[in-house]
Amino acid sequence: MQIPETLRYSEEHEWVLVEDGVATIGITDHAQEELGDIVFVELPAIGAEIAKSATLGVVESVKAVSDVYAPVSGTVTTINEALATKPETMNEDPYGAGWMVKVALADPGDVGALMTAQQYRDFLAREQA
Amino acid sequence: MSRPAGVLRYGLLPEPLIFERGAPGRTGATCDPTEVGGPAPVDVLPAGLRRDDGLAGLPEVSELDVVRHFTRLSQWNLSAATTLYPLGSCTMKYNPIVNEAIVRSPGFAALHPLLPDAWTQGALELMDRLAGFLRAVSGLPGISLQPAAGAHGELTGLKMVRAYHADRGNPRHRVLIPASAHGTNPASAALCGYTVTEMPANDAGILEVETVRAHLGPDVAAMMITNPNTIGLFERNIQAIAEAVREAGALLYCDGANMNALLGVAKPGDMGADVLQFNLHKTFSTPHGGGGPGAGPVAVSERLEPYLPTPRLVRDASGLRWSEDFPKTIGRVRSFHGNVGMLVRAYGYLRTLGGDGLTDVTAMAVLNANYIRAKLADVLPLAFQTPSLHECVFTDRDLDATGAHTLDLAKRLLDYGFFAPTIYFPLVVPGAIMIEPTETESKQTLDEFIAAVRAIVAEARETPELVKEAPHATFVGRLDETRAARRPVLRWKPPTADPG
Repeated sequence: MQIPETLRYSEEHEWVLVEDGVATIGITDHAQEELGDIVFVELPAIGAEIAKSATLGVVESVKAVSDVYAPVSGTVTTINEALATKPETMNEDPYGAGWMVKVALADPGDVGALMTAQQYRDFLAREQA
Repeated sequence: MSRPAGVLRYGLLPEPLIFERGAPGRTGATCDPTEVGGPAPVDVLPAGLRRDDGLAGLPEVSELDVVRHFTRLSQWNLSAATTLYPLGSCTMKYNPIVNEAIVRSPGFAALHPLLPDAWTQGALELMDRLAGFLRAVSGLPGISLQPAAGAHGELTGLKMVRAYHADRGNPRHRVLIPASAHGTNPASAALCGYTVTEMPANDAGILEVETVRAHLGPDVAAMMITNPNTIGLFERNIQAIAEAVREAGALLYCDGANMNALLGVAKPGDMGADVLQFNLHKTFSTPHGGGGPGAGPVAVSERLEPYLPTPRLVRDASGLRWSEDFPKTIGRVRSFHGNVGMLVRAYGYLRTLGGDGLTDVTAMAVLNANYIRAKLADVLPLAFQTPSLHECVFTDRDLDATGAHTLDLAKRLLDYGFFAPTIYFPLVVPGAIMIEPTETESKQTLDEFIAAVRAIVAEARETPELVKEAPHATFVGRLDETRAARRPVLRWKPPTADPG
């Protein structure tokens, strides 16, 4: 299972990459594996104001329908429209082409509260214990 | 569909799509225009509603084609009438045939809902008595029989919650729901205009009162709890939780989907509930899962009674009658008086069993679930060690190395002649296998089921491909569920190969 060192992670199994005040958000390799084959993705509207911990989107797999919670607060600037026709990208390339949204951070401090790759690795180990 | 080679399994016949049956011009019934009279129906339709292409794309079949088509498909199916149907959270108990006989008696079956009250005293009496039984098993004084299904009952209950708070100046805007609640609760709360806050259970699968306290506030309208919860565990902190909810000025909604674990033993009213919906199609044996419709009566505490839907049954010197005279009511939630046929069946079930019988239902449902739990816990790990009530939840954790998972185990059960349990639910349990046998299964059936599951777990270790490619004995093998969901084909189209 991949956990890239360059990203930050939430307890709800999302990853965040920050570049120039904009956070790219997706779900982790662990999350996509637990969900199984993803068949539908619902994303927020561009311009939507998202509060940390509120629902950012919905991911439907053959097993379950799950909310994706915003790991940071901010304004949605871009969504990954390709997921509408190719939701399987989230399974195939969760940290790359399977990204979900880009959010202009309201408070850059939000990112500091997220886990590092090592912390997320430890968190997963505890969760599975 | 291609016809399978070789000898057919007795009783199972192949069947194509209905679109592939029949022939141009073949019909099931014809109308003689000289008998019907008047203009042809197509001539009186507005132009926009007419089809110019005749019957293109519609099956042209005889009555016999249709009868055989659906009879054959039904024979491929498994149901509670053919085998154990252990869908956890669904309470797929047997639907006694005597209830079907009762509901077909002309006094009920031929009754028109617009008849005057004086002519329908028998049906009204039945509804009043059923309400009395529901009052007795819930420990709550107010009953409405109108809601047409469990989730409709939830919505009705929440609308009363909203009316109660609005009456006090503030409808409030949040509803607390534990992660182990009945799956429809968050949707019902959202439909009623509330924001949902989810609360986690502790490591034993039980909700702690401290968790509830931490989430309560003046903006919380209600908390919705399912007891026993969807893991089949009794929420033993329910009274302290009810107290905390009450202190915060909120109301307690108890989801009654799992009443099969409480009947005649414990009353949600005594636990501090303000609202409870019954699922007659689960607990009271009325048909469901395609055989419905459902019925979701709601019981409420004294605080909510003024808000019950109208019309409500009242008794005066001349007997029972419908009354609209309840100024605080949320109004009507269903046409006429609900799914009355289901009310008749549920009444039949209750009268057949009586009070002691209902207590036995609970005892047997809990015993059956615990028997399965005890007989399988050494081959499938339990999600929680906490004692189970009417259902038990296992995980596929130990099978990870075999590559066979919960879905494969469920599919393989079909080969052994059993319907599959609920899988991947509740969401809080990874790879969940949720089994609810209900009280109607005998020890022999449970033993056969247990032997099947044990055999499948052994197969998963020895010959995992056999399990991963199951089912093998059903008419249609493993379906590509992912492709069906990602690239659904929702309409049949005539083959395009023939240009003529």
